[in-house]
Amino acid sequence: MVGVPLLFDLALIWGPTVASFFFSFTNWNGIGGITEKNVIGLKNYESLFNSYVFFWPALQHNIIWLAWLMLIATPLGMFMAVLLDRELRGTRFYQTVFYLPVVLSLAVVGIIWRLQFAPEQGFINNMLGRTSNENLIDWLGSPSLNLWAALVATSWRHVGYIMVLYLAGLKSVDPALREAAKVDGANERQTFLRVVFPVMAPINVVIVVVTTIEALRAFDIAYIINGGKNGLELLSTLITNNAISESSRVGFGSAIAVVLLVISLGPILAFLTRMMREDRR
Amino acid sequence: MTAATVPAPPIRKNRRPIRPRRIALYAFLTLMAVTWLFPLLWATFSSLRPYGETLREGFISLPQVLNFDNYGSAWTRGNFPQHYFNALVVTIPAVILTLLIASMIAFAVSRFSWRFNLLCLMVFTAGNLLPPQVIIVPLYRLYLLLPVPPPLSDNGLLYDQYFGIVLIHIAFQMGFCVFVLSNYMKTITREITEAALVDGASVLRTFWQVILPLCRPALAALATLEFTFIYNDFFWALLLMKSGDRRPITSALNNLQGQFVTDFNVLAAGALLAAVPTILVYVALQKYFVSGLTLGSTKG
Repeated sequence: MVGVPLLFDLALIWGPTVASFFFSFTNWNGIGGITEKNVIGLKNYESLFNSYVFFWPALQHNIIWLAWLMLIATPLGMFMAVLLDRELRGTRFYQTVFYLPVVLSLAVVGIIWRLQFAPEQGFINNMLGRTSNENLIDWLGSPSLNLWAALVATSWRHVGYIMVLYLAGLKSVDPALREAAKVDGANERQTFLRVVFPVMAPINVVIVVVTTIEALRAFDIAYIINGGKNGLELLSTLITNNAISESSRVGFGSAIAVVLLVISLGPILAFLTRMMREDRR
Repeated sequence: MTAATVPAPPIRKNRRPIRPRRIALYAFLTLMAVTWLFPLLWATFSSLRPYGETLREGFISLPQVLNFDNYGSAWTRGNFPQHYFNALVVTIPAVILTLLIASMIAFAVSRFSWRFNLLCLMVFTAGNLLPPQVIIVPLYRLYLLLPVPPPLSDNGLLYDQYFGIVLIHIAFQMGFCVFVLSNYMKTITREITEAALVDGASVLRTFWQVILPLCRPALAALATLEFTFIYNDFFWALLLMKSGDRRPITSALNNLQGQFVTDFNVLAAGALLAAVPTILVYVALQKYFVSGLTLGSTKG
């Protein structure tokens, strides 16, 4: 019952993970078999870190992506959840509105925001009157702007997602705790910061893990804007652009994949540790 | 009798000074809600306007004509029937098989104590957390290499095939479903299965007729959620399929975007058409969708 799916999972997920690691030491280009001649040691990593011009910018973009989600989008989602987790008329309506983008695919989100950000035809520039050639703001084309446009688009969905998760967490907090805090004279802010937030530690871990993974996985929006180039390089788009779409630098692309894997192990291990701890209870 | 003489609880008095804050709260929430709805409303507005009128009157102008012509145009020019069909052929089997397999694993992991239970659970869960880009390069090679017999594949490979896309969805989504379902099954008391076994039911029958029916709420939530996850996937079919006309709608959007970029109103209509199935699911099954999302993060 477990064996076959386990083998299947190992073959399609963990097999390729390990294979990425081995490919990264070769210069295989996908043609013919891999022989000893293809093994080039750490050369892919050397050129990745030292001479490949897109690597450090891509890593930086991933870090900015993560920082933006962690410091702006995720706290906003948590804040909205706290606001909506009280007796409020119309709370269903507000929740529905903020959830709505969560059901849309990131590809659709990207197009919907293109209608806002497009230089000549988008709402924002038309609103600002910046659509002629001299004063055009090129939100999606300019390498110094397009990352921020992509982040706004991605946050539109992320805030709702975090809000759903956090709202569920808030609802599961024992009301007696809040009552007790109130009786002891705590105000709303103190009750949240000193009582509710600490007892929600397990959810907070999930929120941090989810946010980090989302930032590392970021791909769809960047790809739908411009293929993940010209200011929108991310580790994920470098992998596909190197090893699949344009050329087939399998070894080199795999080296980038290994870098992404190593970074991803942080949040994954954090999540697994939490699982183990809960299992022991 | 005594109840009538009890003075009104003091809480009422405390409510008054909160009022300005309440108003501020509503104002803030409404402002946020309008901001959140705006991009979608704008897309809808654009999709309903003839492009000629938009160009003539300007993008921000009152509409004179609103109709569904852009939808018709996106529908035929974008070959939507084909892409919806592709999405269906991939999504439906993938959701059913993922839930079936995941519930079997969850059953085994939660009902029987083996040493490697936790390890097994971790393998699946961690697999679901990996960024798909980590595995795409070897997976792409594997899809070009592995021979697959005819009924499942018409080119002898996993590459460029519905079957191949279904497989990777199952492998990738299984982790999440196993995690959620095993947590859920742990909350079902062991006495139920023990009673069934004492009554002479086989393990398989216990699974089908005792445990699965009890998991119905979790399965409904997961089915809703997995439908949107798989339908919304952009990545796998983009890279593991070559023929544009085989791609499910979400992945096909990349090409459609290039095709419609000269006519933004048709682009808006196309994007909304692609979103219709998930919006319908959301409207009809919001409860399940939300509980599915939260099942993964909280217990029970």
